Amino acid sequence: MIKVKNLEFSYRAKRHIFRDLSLSVDAGQICGLLGSNGIGKSTLLKLLSGLLTPNCGSVTTLGEEAQQRTLSMLQEIAYLPEEFSLPNIRVKDWVAVTTPFYGSFDHAFFAKAMGEFEVNEGEKFGSLSMGQRKKVLIAFAMACSTSLLLLDEPTNGLDITSKQTFRRLLAEWATPSRTAIISTHQVKDVENLLDHIIILDSKGMVVDASTYDISRYLRFAIESSPEGAIYSQPALGGYATVSENTTESESNIDIELLFGAATKEPQRVRSILNPSTK
Amino acid sequence: MDFTTNKPIYQHIYDIVTERIILGQLREGDRVPSVRELAVELQVNPNTVMRAYDALCTGGIIASSRGIGYFVSEGAAERALAESRREFIEGEMVTLFRRMTTLGISAEELSTLYNNYKTEQNDENKQ
Repeated sequence: MIKVKNLEFSYRAKRHIFRDLSLSVDAGQICGLLGSNGIGKSTLLKLLSGLLTPNCGSVTTLGEEAQQRTLSMLQEIAYLPEEFSLPNIRVKDWVAVTTPFYGSFDHAFFAKAMGEFEVNEGEKFGSLSMGQRKKVLIAFAMACSTSLLLLDEPTNGLDITSKQTFRRLLAEWATPSRTAIISTHQVKDVENLLDHIIILDSKGMVVDASTYDISRYLRFAIESSPEGAIYSQPALGGYATVSENTTESESNIDIELLFGAATKEPQRVRSILNPSTK
Repeated sequence: MDFTTNKPIYQHIYDIVTERIILGQLREGDRVPSVRELAVELQVNPNTVMRAYDALCTGGIIASSRGIGYFVSEGAAERALAESRREFIEGEMVTLFRRMTTLGISAEELSTLYNNYKTEQNDENKQ
């Protein structure tokens, strides 16, 4: 679905965002893209969709070189940017002029999503709040029914009910042939939806693993002492710890804890999650 | 859906389905919600529901009928109940016994408390 090989990218000379980044995302995954502010998450989404061009290396999206921006590739990508500007026209008029770009646009899904988000298609964008405009764009991006859905901070600015609606819609959107990549700091909003996690740090990739492998190789538990753990945080009832899983049983992944471990002990986390490279 | 205890999500989903069978909300031969229906209801990844359903199939609790969906297997309620009982006895009950030891609560005391609880429950049900 997506293959990034030895990607090098910088906006300005000598200030590299990516030096030698390689990753791949398979069809049928809902992938969480995590990393600190300014690490390059949004940049990566723009590279995947051909909005930016790599300095070196290659980005292959849906079997095509992303920077070529072929029509066949672009038709199959829906991208929700973190920041957006919209014309002050009625939602339904905007939809009418935008849908021709997406051959498989699902009008029924869009109408349903707008209903669940309680936003009226007859309203002009100017009369909608920031959160409501975002809901329109989320509903629209999913209704495009593309093979690839790129969401940059989708839950920012959504109220509690809308976050639940967002999760229900995404679960409904997902099929074995579709892939979603969600860049987010709000991991709690989406953690039960992710089945693949990518964590970036300033040196590149720390984690690129399925949630299945993460819970097989790492153990998340509340312990009375932080000893022996890769990473721990004081928590109610002791310490929330991440350690190497030496048991047969799996625990529930705490993504915030995983992120802490990946940030503090990138080498160890990487070697545990990729036992073949040990 | 809040999954607070330390089990992986697919095991929570496994438990949710077996609980519905034990409580009789799903009976032998009933159609089980599709993978997508349950994923939407629980707001989780459909692949995670799929993994739970695979485990439920292996455990003989549900079975897939090609192209139609998943159905509750014959004898599923008994199997699910036996399995949940064993899990409770080996898990939560051990935790309970440990706390009882720490707090000095005897088996007799537990027995009295349990009987009182049952009486209250019965009274409530009669009302």
